[in-house]
Order: sequence, then structure tokens, then C-alpha cells
Amino acid sequence: MKKSGAEILIECLKREGVKHVFGYPGGVVLNIFDVLYDEKDVQLILTRHEQAAIHAADGYARASGKAGVAIVTSGPGATNTVTGIATASMDSIPLVVFSGQVPTLLIGNDAFQEADIVGITRPCTKHNFLVKDVKDLAQTVREAFHIATTGRPGPVLIDLPKDVTAGSAEFVWPEEVKIRGYNPTYHGNKYMITQAAQMIAHAKKPVIMAGGGVVLSGAAKELRDLAEHAKIPVTMTLMGLGGFPGSSKLSLGMLGMHGTYYANTAVQNSDLLIGIGVRFDDRVTGRTEAFAPHAKIIQIDIDPTSIRKNVRADLPIVGDVKNVLKDLQKALKELKEQQWGAVRNAWLKQIELWKEERPLSYSFDKNVIKPEFVVEKIYEVTKGEAIICTEVGQNQMWAAQFYKYDHPRRWLSSGGLGTMGYGFPAAIGAQFACPDKVVFDIAGDGSIQMNIQELATAVINKLPVKVAILNNGYLGMVRQWQELFFKERYSHTHLDTGNPDFVKVAEAYGAVGLRATKPEEVEPVIRESLKIKNKPVFLDFVVDWKEKVYPMVPAGASIDEMIFEEKEEKKEKKLKAVK
Amino acid sequence: MRHTISVLVENKFGVLSRVSGLFSGRGYNIESLSVGETIDPATSVMTIVTTGEDLVVEQITKQLNKLIDVIKVVDFMEIDHVEREMVLVKVSPRKDDRTEVLQLAEIFRGRIVDSGPTTYTIEITGDEGKINAFIELIKPFGIKEFVRTGKVAIGREGLKKAK
Repeated sequence: MKKSGAEILIECLKREGVKHVFGYPGGVVLNIFDVLYDEKDVQLILTRHEQAAIHAADGYARASGKAGVAIVTSGPGATNTVTGIATASMDSIPLVVFSGQVPTLLIGNDAFQEADIVGITRPCTKHNFLVKDVKDLAQTVREAFHIATTGRPGPVLIDLPKDVTAGSAEFVWPEEVKIRGYNPTYHGNKYMITQAAQMIAHAKKPVIMAGGGVVLSGAAKELRDLAEHAKIPVTMTLMGLGGFPGSSKLSLGMLGMHGTYYANTAVQNSDLLIGIGVRFDDRVTGRTEAFAPHAKIIQIDIDPTSIRKNVRADLPIVGDVKNVLKDLQKALKELKEQQWGAVRNAWLKQIELWKEERPLSYSFDKNVIKPEFVVEKIYEVTKGEAIICTEVGQNQMWAAQFYKYDHPRRWLSSGGLGTMGYGFPAAIGAQFACPDKVVFDIAGDGSIQMNIQELATAVINKLPVKVAILNNGYLGMVRQWQELFFKERYSHTHLDTGNPDFVKVAEAYGAVGLRATKPEEVEPVIRESLKIKNKPVFLDFVVDWKEKVYPMVPAGASIDEMIFEEKEEKKEKKLKAVK
Repeated sequence: MRHTISVLVENKFGVLSRVSGLFSGRGYNIESLSVGETIDPATSVMTIVTTGEDLVVEQITKQLNKLIDVIKVVDFMEIDHVEREMVLVKVSPRKDDRTEVLQLAEIFRGRIVDSGPTTYTIEITGDEGKINAFIELIKPFGIKEFVRTGKVAIGREGLKKAK
């Protein structure tokens, strides 16, 4: 029996195990939405903006490990997805995005709501397709999911002209996918792995640098086994947070521009740096020529282009991180002499000293709320078990520094593209993926206004997503740079006078709004928000506008050239150390 | 360093833009590019001439390999190979020079593919050096216009195999 293109599409989604699709209707996708109207197994979640639909699908994917799916219309619907797709692409998040397109015969005519979305998204997708014949639809969807979720994951877009979803064909589900130009390397070269084991065995001051690849590959356990067995301290990139337990003694926290003193110092003093699922982004390396100057570098990544792109690699291993770590652990255990005990203890002791010398800290103030204090309290109250989404800027860095992530897929942040407006819709997606988890979006007053309309989506779907707005009345990170490098000329970063009353905004949408203006109100407000189980909550924390993110490595400097909080301030206020 | 890279691709629409977009998006150079079908009509070969430091060319070949529609990438730098390009030159020599132009074309094993009342169009095939040399020599006679193809390249069969 023949099915319509729209029916074939939904049938394909079911076969792929898709339960939730985020989207927004429009003229050329009406056939698809008509099928969804009666559909029981695949739920469409209507967002209030296509960008938010993609971020929600992205949050869903990051929290669940499955591909996120979105459906939008042609033209503006499709172009609105670009920021979301680029966000997912930079962070290697598996998405399958369906965009409507004008009928095939009209393509190229500048028809109403026509955009060459395949052309537009070519550089920010892993791959994209234009389906010209309904007979090719099922095969294309199958390939799209395969490409999105395997190898180094990424977003895939399928453009669907109206006549393809309206047309009909026999439904044939391809059991196998074979793409001759696409054969990721999953297993690392055995010889290289034995070499790596030797290097680890002989290193005196090794450091593991774990990135998003550890999370994507599901290798948190393997990484932990390796680090504990070989006694190697682990620092994480922003994307790697949760890939190794942040509360472990071996954890150095995050490295890079706003990394910890001890992580950056350890990397700079190491004699062996093991990069696992990292691409050595400029925010991590600082000035590349001065990065890890004494270290041999082992780099493990499934994507060969990540290797030797930004920094040298003395020993590259191409393969899936999980497989390589397993093999590496095996190779290490086969080594007869494991003399690292005493040598490593000296190194680990040195690291402890660095940790004591300059812990992550801020100056607590009893009159004004420090944003770090809010993040710390969220950590305490949620016992580190929440899924934390972030926006971008200071809020993101404080959330990375002061919340400790012990498990993968609990930290959802736009690392590569740095997309403001990501966190709230991502939190909505994460809450759909994990209905029983507490989901927080740690936001700023600037970022939250980039997708604030999604309050409607959260309210309608009774999602208890919490948005902690660290409200400093500024685009804080840009303001911080203006203060430090532009003579305090705050050009267009002051938002306070234009900011809405966030409590009232929440209430206007039917959500709950709470506010804290004093440190003693912070914890009660967080606790109050956790009692609300069927509505989103905005928590408006009016925080110290002058607070800056420290430590900080200025752009273009080496990562051991860190700026710390000024000492004068420290003398006045009690220094509160975070351990 | 100059590299000639051969890229075997799926013969699908949009492949050329994926490849050329990769070069422009990542700031790589394309000196010349030629595309044509292979013996299997489902695939094409693109021959790309590019310049860059070794690390850059390594990235270029890896990035090309990463494209889903790319089946195989060969950097001829490491391989013994034959390179050819073709040029069509329209010359308008003075009447006295016409014979010399024809002789020159013959020396270069060129062919006259069109001739008008005052012009010859000469086809020359060869490696880059030969074509450059021909253009330099013919220039004084008055070149009206010329068009060059991109380079194509193919690996040589090893001598061992020949034995």
C-alpha cells in the first residue's frame, strides 16, 4: 500500500525510535503537520521560535544521547534554524532537522518563502540533503540519522519540497545503510596504543585533558578507570565537564581562559598531555606556541581533522574514545613494570599544593549577592544532581566553575559557537528527555531575553524548568572586557534600564516568578522553586554588577599568564575558598 | 608548497559547492580545479591544485575526506604521476608572421582547431611548463585571448609492475 510522503516521514521517525519532535508549522509543511495531528507515538512540541526548536532538540540530544529532531517550514522558518544548527555543529551534537521547501518545480524561482537552505546550512551541518523524489525519502531519512549519530556526531538537515511530502510511494525501510564515502574509524591503531601506554608508563608529570568527545562517546567510565589506574590528574574543557567527576581528587576542574589556576599550571608543567576527545580550541590553549611547552602530546579523537589542527600531536590516535581508552587500559595493564607509584605521588602532591595556593574563590559579601554564591547554592541544594543548562558569558563561566559535575550529560552549554539564548530552550528539551530530573538554566539578564518567548512552551507543557537569572543589568562578560581592556568605557553593554521585571514577565506567561536581592534570600528562593513541579520558574537574582570572572587569561596570552581577583578587595572582605 | 590533489566524489548535485565551499570557508587556496565523470558515471574526479604549508595541506586532505560525498582523496605530492592541462590560444599574427606561428605550434605539437581571416586558434596539451613556455613564445605575435583548463593528473603505473 502506498503512503504519502508525510506518512512515510513519520513512519521513518517511529522506526528511528523518535518520541519527541520540536517544531513550528508553516505553508509547505502542512502535510506533515496534518499527519502529526492524529499521531500518538510521535509528539510534536510547538516552540515559539524555530531557533528555540533547534536548541530544544539539541538540549534533548545532549541530555539523552539520542538524536534531537526538529521540523520547520521553508524560507524564514528554515533560516531561523541556522543559529541552532551552527551551535550543534560546533559542539558535535546529533540533530536531524527537517525543513519544508517550495515545490520542486518552483525551486530557484524566488517563490514565496523560498530559501536555499541546503546551500545556507552546508558549512554548518555534518551533511545535508534535498529530497527530490518521494521514493528516496525513507532511504534519505535513514542515512541522515546514521550520519548524525555515528562517527563524530553532528547536525544533518533534510530539505523536503512540498510535492515530496504530498506525493506518495511504497514505504520501504532500508535495513542497512551503506555510504561509501563515510567510514569513521572506530578502533585505534594497536601499535599507537602500545606506544601511548609506554609514554604514560614513563611520564613523570602527566595530565589528561578530557573534552566533549568523552561525553559523546559515552566513555566516562573508561576515562575514570584509566585515570585512577595510572594515577593521572584530569582537567576538562568546557565541553568535557561531567566526562570525569568534578568532585574527584584527581579532578583539576576546567582549564583555559577561565580555567583553574591549578589546571592551567599543571598543563604548563606537564611532561605528557593526553588530549581525549578535544580539538584544542583557542579558549583552551591561549597562545598555542606557549601551550604545554614541556609536554609530549598524545591526542585521541575520532575525527582526524581534529588532530594537528591547532597544536602539535606527538602521538595521534584516531578512533572512538571509548574503544581507544579500553584498549589503552588493557595495554597499560599488560606492562610488566608499573613504576609510576612513587613518581606520580610527587606530581599529585605538587598539584595539591597548587590547589591550596590558589583555589577557585570569590569574595563573599553579606549585603549584596555574588553570582558565584548563587551557583554554589544551586549546587548545594540540588546535591550536584541537577541538569545545568547555561546561556553564554559570565553566567556560563560561573556555572562551569562553581557547580561540580560528577556525571556526563548533566552540563548543557554552547561551547563552540557561544550562543546566547541557548540555555532556556535547551533546558526545555532536556526536561522532555529527562522528566524526572531537576533542570536549571543558569542565565544572565541579557541572554534570557534572546529566547524568553519559550516561557509559553514551558508553561503549556507544564515543565518545571528553573531559570536562575544572574541579573547584573549588564552584558557582563563584554562589560568585564570593557572594564579591563577598554578603560571602563561601557559601550552598549548596559541593559538595566531596559530590562523588564522578570518576575512579572514570568507571571504574565502563567509561570512563577521569584526574586532574591540579599544573600540570605538566595537559598530559600532556590528551595521554593524546587517545590514547584508543574510550572517553569524564573528566579531573578539581583547580583553584584561589578563581579568579574576570575581567573582570566587575556586573549592571545599563554594560559599561565592569569589575572586574579585584585588583592585590595580580598583584604576588605572575607575570602571564601571553594574546595 | 604546491599540491595536486585528486578527489573522487559521488556524482551528486551540490558536490562541487561542498568542495569549493570547504576551500573558501576555511581559507584554503584553489589554483585550479577541473571536474569530470569517471568510468563509473555515478562518480566524478575533481583535480584540485592548491598551495599551502604541509600542515595546511594535511588539513585540506583530511577535511575533504570528511565530506560525506567524497570517496577518496589522493595527494599526488607523494606519488609518481602524469599531469596535463590544455590551452586554447587565439593568435592574430601579422601576415608575415603567420608561417612562424604555425611552425611554433608544430614544435609544441599543437593543433590548429580554428582559423579565421586574421586568426589561428591553437590547441596545446602538456604539463604546466610546456604550456607556459608556449604562451611566452607566442605572446610577441599577438594573443587575442586564451583559455586554460585546470590540471588533470593520474598516477603512473610502477616500473615493478611493468616487469
